[in-house]
Amino acid sequence: MVTFDDINVGDYLPVLSTEKISRTTLALYAGASGDYNPIHIDIDFAKSAGMDDVFAHGMLSMAYLGRLLTNWVDQRSIKKVDVRFTAITPLFSQIICTGVVQKKQIVDEQKIIEVLVEAKDSNSGEVKISGTATINLTENRSSLA
Amino acid sequence: MLDTNDIGKVFDPITASVEKGQLNRFAKAIGENSLIYIDDATAKNSGYDDLPIPPTFLFCLKMDVPEPFGNYEKLGISLKKLLHANQSFEYFNAAVVGDVLTFNSVVEDIYAKKGGALEFLIENTKVVNQRDEHIADLVTTLVIRN
Repeated sequence: MVTFDDINVGDYLPVLSTEKISRTTLALYAGASGDYNPIHIDIDFAKSAGMDDVFAHGMLSMAYLGRLLTNWVDQRSIKKVDVRFTAITPLFSQIICTGVVQKKQIVDEQKIIEVLVEAKDSNSGEVKISGTATINLTENRSSLA
Repeated sequence: MLDTNDIGKVFDPITASVEKGQLNRFAKAIGENSLIYIDDATAKNSGYDDLPIPPTFLFCLKMDVPEPFGNYEKLGISLKKLLHANQSFEYFNAAVVGDVLTFNSVVEDIYAKKGGALEFLIENTKVVNQRDEHIADLVTTLVIRN
């Protein structure tokens, strides 16, 4: 795990590549998340809503962004994650998650890092989710996990 | 159409237990293989009381009811038109297996854009645990495409 002193503005987080999203991925995510919205698992429903096919849960890609962050820092350091879903993620997409450090500052003696995070389609580069994560690295947990 | 009179509406609280099997299935579904999220001993050695819930899992626990979209449907929202526009999580304390979390949600705002072609609903949710410790605040923005 990184420490505050190691980090500089402009640093990139280690990229997270995920597996191609299949119908199985969406069925597993629906079951595990409790999000049974049929638009993500039932092609007939999706078509009746004017879509060509089912599409991925936005929260699946946000969960990938969570992995991007917790691969980099201890989860207890993460204070806020705030994202915007900018495009639908079709079936068979592959999502790449990236992060870049935007701010590094000490606020009220707290060592705060702000990271711009994005989930993108690995082929087209289209941004699916964009947002920021605020991380407090005052407590050094680098000896843990 | 949404009704702006529903701004301020308080939804019934949702209570959900954090269970290990549920977390294991979630880890598998999102490709999470860090031991801290799947192995009790690793989690405990890392200072957690038990397996921790990953950052976005609070959103799932909030849906752990028979009709997770019931509150929205009662406001006149069709799942066919619904998309998730924004989501934020602000964290105050960790939640782990064995915790019982309560989600208190309120409709923060309702507004339209493009002459009503798009309607937005903002829902704020405060999450506390069984000791009434503040776990997190969630803000969900939904967009309805009319």
